[in-house]
Amino acid sequence: MPALEQVGRNPQRQPPTSLVSRSLPRWAPLGALAAGALVAAAASAALGPTVAGFAIMTVVAGSLVLVGASAAVEGRRRATDRTASILVTGAFLLALAPLVSLLWTVVTRGLGRFDAEFFTFSMTGVAGAGGGAFHALVGTLVITALATVISVPIGLMTGVYLVEYGHGRLARAITFLVDVMTGIPSIVAGLFAVALFTLFLGPGVRLGIMGSVALSVLMIPLVVRSTEEMLKLVPNELREASYALGVPKWLTIVKVVLRTAVGGIATGVSLAIARVLGETAPLLLTTGLTSGTNWNPFEGRMASLPIFAWYQYVQPGIPIQPFIDRAWTAALVLILLVMAFNLLARLISRFFAPKAG
Amino acid sequence: MRTRSAGRQGDRLFRGSATLAGTLILVTLAGVAAFLVYEALPAFVPEPGRAGTGLGLASYVWPLLYGTLVSSAIALLVGAPLGVGIALFISHFAPRRLSTVLGYVVDLLAAVPSIVYGLWGVTTFAPALVPVYAWLERHAGFVPLFAGPTSPTGRTILTAGLVLAVMILPVVTAITRDIFLQTPRLHEEAALALGATRWEMITYAVLPYARSGIVSASMLGLGRALGETMAVALLLSASGGVTLNLISTANPGTIAANIALQFPESTGIDTNVLVATGLVLFVVTFAVNLAARAIVNRRAEFSGAN
Repeated sequence: MPALEQVGRNPQRQPPTSLVSRSLPRWAPLGALAAGALVAAAASAALGPTVAGFAIMTVVAGSLVLVGASAAVEGRRRATDRTASILVTGAFLLALAPLVSLLWTVVTRGLGRFDAEFFTFSMTGVAGAGGGAFHALVGTLVITALATVISVPIGLMTGVYLVEYGHGRLARAITFLVDVMTGIPSIVAGLFAVALFTLFLGPGVRLGIMGSVALSVLMIPLVVRSTEEMLKLVPNELREASYALGVPKWLTIVKVVLRTAVGGIATGVSLAIARVLGETAPLLLTTGLTSGTNWNPFEGRMASLPIFAWYQYVQPGIPIQPFIDRAWTAALVLILLVMAFNLLARLISRFFAPKAG
Repeated sequence: MRTRSAGRQGDRLFRGSATLAGTLILVTLAGVAAFLVYEALPAFVPEPGRAGTGLGLASYVWPLLYGTLVSSAIALLVGAPLGVGIALFISHFAPRRLSTVLGYVVDLLAAVPSIVYGLWGVTTFAPALVPVYAWLERHAGFVPLFAGPTSPTGRTILTAGLVLAVMILPVVTAITRDIFLQTPRLHEEAALALGATRWEMITYAVLPYARSGIVSASMLGLGRALGETMAVALLLSASGGVTLNLISTANPGTIAANIALQFPESTGIDTNVLVATGLVLFVVTFAVNLAARAIVNRRAEFSGAN
């Protein structure tokens, strides 16, 4: 802008006329970070170097340099803007730190026992090293499958009722209670299942089905919500076209509405499964733990992955290390299972996504 | 004629089963409350020689409730602003093409089971915090919160609260992100056209629009933190008692973790006492969720949408 500046009659007294306000160059953030790194290097040389300390000081000093330069050159408003950007980006990076640390911890510690024996052997007769979590894997899958079998019909039909039939007081009450159910702490759901079965089968009873009932209490509201959302997305024209052809309402719902929404509902169900798969607290109260494989949820205690990890960790035998290792591997398998169902949900939603245009 | 009546028959059947499913939810929730009350009742009757029954129940529950509230409050104080910041980053600061991927990354935090958070907290996070606590004790020890002496394991109520904060991040972020993205485009563009910087646009257009959403997301996160069990059960070395000290070896327990730790080995009246504490937890989370929903619904009434 030199040409514009020379237009003024007395450049000494008048501020330069410019169409754009003064701003820092685009490389300013990087430059500030480099300056911050210099400061941090000097400081850690004086105070004693640690990696975390260096990183934190670099970011803090760099941010101060950037905001200071911005305040001097660009003015207060732009400096505030830069401060906000730094804080918001910092919040995101700060959240990444535990995630990365957690995944790293679980993977490095869990890989040790991530072998064939872990997936094919139960803990029957295992005292020290060796053994596996086959029984826990079976238990988790059976309990979760049973919970799905209980939750999906109830949740699906409730969703259908709320969208297609219910308009009165009952529908409002159900909507409200589904909201409340979403917030039930998982341990309370476990207590409910215990209280329910204690009433009929006496105290101290532990069954796989009790765990499924507890998980259903957590899962039903999730299924209802996703079904409701998906059914609301089905255009009314489809329903009207079906009625116009003389199709009764229930067939319209089954063959038109649900068929249209099936992708979204399946996504919701897999997300719900992923959500309850890692639930530990309700199973701790309801299913107990065994060391052998039990396929029958209606008889006897049933192991599950989270409970397996829990007891391996909090009540280890001697020597302690094999137990801790098994706990970590169980945690790793659990994370992988949950992520697999999350991935499945995304794949389903992508596969069934309405084609654009 | 026959097909029509068959259709009606099917209609009635289908409608009936849909209504039944809905009613079943009412019954389930009533059942949850009823069974809990029924199993908790014996604990309300004082039993000679057994602490924690009758009026003693209150003095048994209070320290646990205190621990629950303190850890959840820490989670809320740390997790809610951080969650809102992350949501803002994803919705308004990150490059558009990256934002979906970053959303998935935050959702990953939600995919981690709570027991894994507990394991991670015990082995990695708590030891890492010990030097920080020692530093706090040295330099801020005059504040009762950091009076120390520092726990050598780091398994304190503050650590529990911080882990809970990480655990509620995805809840807070997912909800607030959705609301930030719903901010009317025209409001944002109007603010920018008037010369607002990006941050001014956010404070004038985005945050006012999303205010009640932020509040309700935080409340839902609070509800999640209140009921969180396994992470706290693994992580917190609880000794009972009520204390302001956040970093010492004496920590209050939480209701949910206490149930998880005591229930498998409990019998008789002890079971009833634990169920009674569960009932207290149920009531507290119920109230928090109710407040959150009320705020959401008020927003729905005033928003221009629909």
